[in-house]
Amino acid sequence: MAKVIVVTSGKGGVGKTTTTAALGAALAHTGQKVAVVDFDVGLRNLDLVMGAERRVVFDLVNVIQGVAKLSQALIRDKRLETLWLLPASQTRDKDALTENGVASIIREMRGKFDWVICDSPAGIERGATLAMRFADTAVVVTNPEISSVRDSDRIIGLLDSKTEKAEKGQRVEKHILITRFDPQRATRGEMLNIDDVINILSTPLLGIIPESEEVLIASNVGCPVTLNNPTCAPARAYYDAAARLRGEDVPMNIPSDRKGLLNILFGRRAA
Amino acid sequence: MSVFNRFKPRSTAVVARERLQILLSHERVARGQSDLLQLLREEILVAVAKHVIIERDNIHVKMDRGENVSALEINIEIPHSPGMPMAAGF
Repeated sequence: MAKVIVVTSGKGGVGKTTTTAALGAALAHTGQKVAVVDFDVGLRNLDLVMGAERRVVFDLVNVIQGVAKLSQALIRDKRLETLWLLPASQTRDKDALTENGVASIIREMRGKFDWVICDSPAGIERGATLAMRFADTAVVVTNPEISSVRDSDRIIGLLDSKTEKAEKGQRVEKHILITRFDPQRATRGEMLNIDDVINILSTPLLGIIPESEEVLIASNVGCPVTLNNPTCAPARAYYDAAARLRGEDVPMNIPSDRKGLLNILFGRRAA
Repeated sequence: MSVFNRFKPRSTAVVARERLQILLSHERVARGQSDLLQLLREEILVAVAKHVIIERDNIHVKMDRGENVSALEINIEIPHSPGMPMAAGF
């Protein structure tokens, strides 16, 4: 039975899709079967970040409406044979996603995969609430920035009230993933630090992804950052986060691409 | 420069943290139940509207949510017009 994860945030542009692709590839890398599902109906992008945009034939809404079978809509990754993508549709019809439809797709996927990772759209509307609806675990992607933290707090409230687990009196396991973190700015007091964010949101930390040019480079070429350059700092941080999702005890640190003391001392000038 | 920055009294990150803590303490209370300030504002406006015809544009509402004390300031312009006994005395 798969574990169903929702990657959510409330705020847009914080790195949900990047995270979905990176964690999906990192989990599939160990040979476990992983499906990444794009819930951003109307504004799909996971296909693009995964480099599968030219291979989309059917999508999530087609499966819900019975136009296609799940197996026809799933796209197998060209790099990892245990990684699959279920793209969102580009329809503008807001009601295209139905609760029963999503429930039956998730049920079917639970039996076929080890991990189902749902990439939530921004906001708190239908797409976002349905993406989290059947989740066992939530990864709340947060930038160390006030509006992102506020929206994460709101999303945590929804995870505790509007999910199937919450309605049954159970708990969705929640984690914060801090992305675009710049340790030097945090040290200089220009950026909320990790403890601030974790204390304010009172939710455990899954990982810290450092700000890095590698993320854009990977998205440019349509490859999850964990596959495009597995040894770069954000990729290592995502591999650590994936290991923690599997239940491994990995010490929390912030990987860096900078090497040596001189680079650290003069890092700002070099950057 | 970074050496001197450390001696600044309050970093912007500290300001951000404090603003967030105040904001979220309000939003968490408001979640799931109606917000007291919001409720007062609506009920006061309904009460006033019973006696005076008020235009939405002529109402100025200010809310200031602090850590310990919050303020609700409602400013309603009541026009002078013959049909309104309330306004006649002004």
